[in-house]
Amino acid sequence: MSKPFLEVRNLVKRFGGLAATNNCSLEVMRGETHALIGPNGAGKTTLISQLQGQIRPDEGHIFLDGQDITETSMERRALSGMARSFQISSVFPKFTAIANAALAVQARKGDSFRFLGAAWLDRAMMDEAREAIELVGLGDRAEVLAQDLSHGERRQLELAMVLAMRPSLLLLDEPMAGMGKQDSARMTRLLADLKKNYTILLVEHDMNAVFALADRVSVLVAGRTIATGSPADIRANDDVKAAYLGHRQH
Amino acid sequence: MADLSLINPDRQSRLLASAQRFVPALVLVVALVGILAYAQSAGDTFLIRVFTRIMIFGIVAVALNFVLGFGGMVSLMHASFIGVGGYVVAILAYHDANLEPLMIGPFAFTGTSDLAILLPLAIVVTVPFAALTGLISLRTSGTYFIMITLAFNQMAYYFFVALQAYGGEDGLQIINPITFGGLDLSQRSTFYLFTLSVLALTLVLVTLLVDSKFGIVLRAAAQNERRLSAIGIAPLRYKLLAFVISGTLTGMAGALLATGQQFISPADMSWSRSGELVVMVVMGGLGSVSGPLVGAAVYLGLELILESWTEYWHLAFGLLIVAMVTLLRGGIADLGTLVPWLGRNVSGGKN
Repeated sequence: MSKPFLEVRNLVKRFGGLAATNNCSLEVMRGETHALIGPNGAGKTTLISQLQGQIRPDEGHIFLDGQDITETSMERRALSGMARSFQISSVFPKFTAIANAALAVQARKGDSFRFLGAAWLDRAMMDEAREAIELVGLGDRAEVLAQDLSHGERRQLELAMVLAMRPSLLLLDEPMAGMGKQDSARMTRLLADLKKNYTILLVEHDMNAVFALADRVSVLVAGRTIATGSPADIRANDDVKAAYLGHRQH
Repeated sequence: MADLSLINPDRQSRLLASAQRFVPALVLVVALVGILAYAQSAGDTFLIRVFTRIMIFGIVAVALNFVLGFGGMVSLMHASFIGVGGYVVAILAYHDANLEPLMIGPFAFTGTSDLAILLPLAIVVTVPFAALTGLISLRTSGTYFIMITLAFNQMAYYFFVALQAYGGEDGLQIINPITFGGLDLSQRSTFYLFTLSVLALTLVLVTLLVDSKFGIVLRAAAQNERRLSAIGIAPLRYKLLAFVISGTLTGMAGALLATGQQFISPADMSWSRSGELVVMVVMGGLGSVSGPLVGAAVYLGLELILESWTEYWHLAFGLLIVAMVTLLRGGIADLGTLVPWLGRNVSGGKN
C-alpha cells in the first residue's frame, strides 16, 4: 500500500492526570472508509477534535497527505480539505438550511471580504449549496431555518455543510447519534454512496452501520488503538471482544 | 420583517428581493422629510431640534446594532466613540475661534469649523481608537467583553475629564458657526437635512453590509463561532472590522452631536449613555437594520414627554421599558404581533 493520507503518530493529550489520548497511532488510506469504534470514554471525540485542530495535542504528530499539520490552525485545516461533522449538531440556527450550506461554500472560496452585493445574489454559490442540500435529501426543506429542522434533518444538514466544503477528508463524529431506525438507515445508505468518492474517518456506535460501511476498523480503548483490521478481523479479534464487543453483546 | 434568514433567489425575483430590503429605511427617511416640512410650515423650531437629535442618536443606534444585533457583541463603549468624534469637532473649532494653532508635538494644526474637513478627521481619529480597543476587547467574549468595553468607555471619559485645556469636566463650547463647505449648518433646517443625509447613507450602508458575504460571516459568528472555524473562517478579523465600522459611524454621529448642540462634554460619553444606547437598540429590535432608529425615536421621545410630566420620570420610564421588553421580544418591529395577543385576551374576557 502507498503512504497513508492521514497519519496519527504517538498522539498524547492529557486533561489533568487523565490521558484522554494515550500514545495513539492511526493510519487512514486515501479513498478508504475507516471506522473508529470504542467504548464510551475511550477518547474518540477527543481524537477527532485534535485531528480537526480544535484541541492541541501534548505530544505526537498528525500528518495530512505527508504534511505535518500538528500546529496548523483549525481554519487552515478546513481550507486544506479537512471537514468535520459534530456529534452534537452544530449549525447556524438562524440561517436557513441552504444558507448554512452556502456559507460553507463561501468559506471554501475565501471571498468573505465582500461588502456590498448580497451574498444570495451569487448564483454559482447558491447552486452549489443547493446541490449539497439535495444530495443529503433536504431539498424540500432548504428554506427552513436550521433551528426549525428536526434532529435528524439537522444531522443531514451537518453532512451537507461538510460536503459543501468539497473536502478531501471527512471526519464524521457519530453522524447517526440520536437518530431513529429509519433516519439511521437512510443516513447509512447516504454514507454508502459517499464512500465511493471520499476518504472518511467515521466514529460510530451503530455497529450495523460500521460493519456495512467500513473498509477497515480501528478500536480505541483508553485513548489508544488496540487493533486495526478489516471488519471481519475485528469481529474475530479476542482483545477487541474482551475490551469492547464483549460488553455490548450479552 | 427581516428575519435572519436568506431570501430564496429561486422563488422571488432577485432584483425585487434586493430592492425590498431598502423599503423600511426609505419609509423612515420620507417620514423624516415630512416632519421637517410640517415643522417649517408650523414654524416649530423645537420639533426640528428634537428630531435632529433623534436622527443623530438613530445613526448611533443603527451603528451599534450592527455589532450588537447582527454581530452579537454587546458593546458598552459606544458613548466613547460619540465623545471622540464630538471632541474632534469641538477642539478644532475652539482653535479656529481662538486663531491659535493646535500643537501636537512639533506639529502645528490650524483650527477649522468646516465639517467637510472635520468629519473625515473624526473618522481618522476614531478608526485607530476603535481598532485598538476592539482588538483587545475581542480577545474576550460574553460578559467579559461587556466589562472590558465598559472599562474602555470609562478610560476615555476620564481622559476628557482630565483634559483641562479643553474644559475638563465642564465640557467645551463651540462658538463659531459650523459649516460644511459653503453650507451654513447653524441654520437649523440645513443641519436637519445634512443629518438626515448622513442617516440615510448609514442605513443604506448597513443594509448592504448585513446581507453581504462579510455580513453573513458576522451574523454566523454571533451564532456559532466553533462551526465557523470548522468550515474554515476565523471570526476575529470579521468581528474586528465590524467593530471598527460601527465605532467610526458612531464617531461621525458624535461630530454631528457636537455641531448640533454647539457643545460637547464628558457627560455625552458617560457609561450610562452607553447603556441607554443599548436600550434604544433593544427597544427598536435587534433583528432589523432600521428598527433601532425607531427605538432611538421612542426612547428620546418618551424621555422628553415624561420629563415634562413629572420629576420622577425615571421610574415611569423604567416601568415602560420593562413592559416593552417583556411584551415585544423582537422590539418595536414586533408591534404587529402584539395586536393578536391583545385580541386573544379581549375575546377571552368576553367568554
